[in-house]
Amino acid sequence: MTKPIEGKPSERNYEEAVARLEEIVGQLEAGNLALDASLSLFEEGIGLAKYCSEKLDAAEGRLQILLGFNGDVPTIGPFKLNPEED
Amino acid sequence: MAPKYITVSQLTYALKRVIEDNVSLEGVWVQGEISNFTRHSSGHLYFTLKDEGACVKCVMFKSQAWTLKFRPADGQAVDIQGRLGIYEKSGQYQLYVDIMEPAGLGQLYQAFEKLKTKLEQEGLFDQARKQQLPPLPQQIALITSPTGAAIQDMIKILHRRRPNLDILIFPAKVQGADAPQSLIKALNEAARFRNLDLVIIGRGGGSLEELWAFNDEGLARAISDFPKPIISAVGHETDFTIADFVADLRAPTPSAAAELAVPDESALKRNLANLQKRLANTVQQKIQSYRRDLQRLKSSRVLVAPEQGLNIRRQELDMLRERAVRQLRQDLYAKREQYYKILGKLDALSPLATLSRGYSITQKADGTFVKNSDLVENGEMVKVTLAMGVLSCEVKDKYKGSQLK
Repeated sequence: MTKPIEGKPSERNYEEAVARLEEIVGQLEAGNLALDASLSLFEEGIGLAKYCSEKLDAAEGRLQILLGFNGDVPTIGPFKLNPEED
Repeated sequence: MAPKYITVSQLTYALKRVIEDNVSLEGVWVQGEISNFTRHSSGHLYFTLKDEGACVKCVMFKSQAWTLKFRPADGQAVDIQGRLGIYEKSGQYQLYVDIMEPAGLGQLYQAFEKLKTKLEQEGLFDQARKQQLPPLPQQIALITSPTGAAIQDMIKILHRRRPNLDILIFPAKVQGADAPQSLIKALNEAARFRNLDLVIIGRGGGSLEELWAFNDEGLARAISDFPKPIISAVGHETDFTIADFVADLRAPTPSAAAELAVPDESALKRNLANLQKRLANTVQQKIQSYRRDLQRLKSSRVLVAPEQGLNIRRQELDMLRERAVRQLRQDLYAKREQYYKILGKLDALSPLATLSRGYSITQKADGTFVKNSDLVENGEMVKVTLAMGVLSCEVKDKYKGSQLK
């Protein structure tokens, strides 16, 4: 099961990764593949799903405002939503 | 010369002709400041247009007034296009307003059109120059006023759609003479953040003058040169600015920009979970199906009971063996029959049978049959076998011939 996975997930963006995943699921669901081929597709699919999941959770949800630059170093502070507007 | 009299109506009519037919006033715009503004319950607008030296009464009928894009008020400078007329009953000339705009707007439009044509000819609006928006941004920049309602709306929508998104705000002035420079500075600052995926530049709704910073040539070029995709979001749906034309995507409003900038994360997660489930199912089903096939093959007779084949052979062997034994028995039987037959014959020929008729056999000590009396000496011991029993005898006499007397 060491068949190389075509196109490493890291070289794709989220959209492409999901599109490839859809394709793989479609192929597997069609079900006319040899076991070896299905398993290597499955392996690729698992990799893509993991990658997509990580992409979704990658950011940290920070809300910040640029206060200025000290030379090349930016000063960044937290930004609060106006509570009255909430 | 006799004086010529005309009526007031005739005079007014003549003046009316002079004013209304004056070709030099046709299509002219009048600039001035509004005073004594009244909105009549009929929907008609009445006001006086004045400057330092003069004033003129104006009326804008309801049929024209509803097209106004702003709310006129006392003290506001406006440009007006209309026709001059005389209201006979009060003997007043007045301006019947067809179009009214805030002052200077016409010039702004001209400048706008000129810049738009210029940049368009330079190819700054070409579709080929537009960058694709990232499908799933991790970090997004908002270049706008940090205090307006627009930023609040955008943050709320961005957060709702993608809670994990990193939002970095680059505060900028969005109206006034120094707004373009402030926006350009914010863009330059944002360009230094390499991890940014996307920029939204814009502001909430406002008057045309308030939105004017986004028609600045310098800002247009800064947006066009920006290394990352930019969404412009200026004012309302009906407001178009130069920034909108150079941006990679124009959003009708800041809220819409937030919607366009990030996908709905929960929908993506649902889709992904569904795909993962289907992925797992397919392979499980495949493996199960293979397992079933394997089971079926394994349960096939030849593999499950190989001894059965052996048994058949074993049975054959048994049958063969049985046949052999039977044959042997028959042979034995036949042989035995033959044996008995021979035995019978032997019996018939046997001397013992002769003995039973009263004959006896005489043998010397060495076993020699005594067929002739010459073979023995007187006094010699001989063995005489009878049908029943054996005698040990001593020879007393011998006689020649075959008869005992």
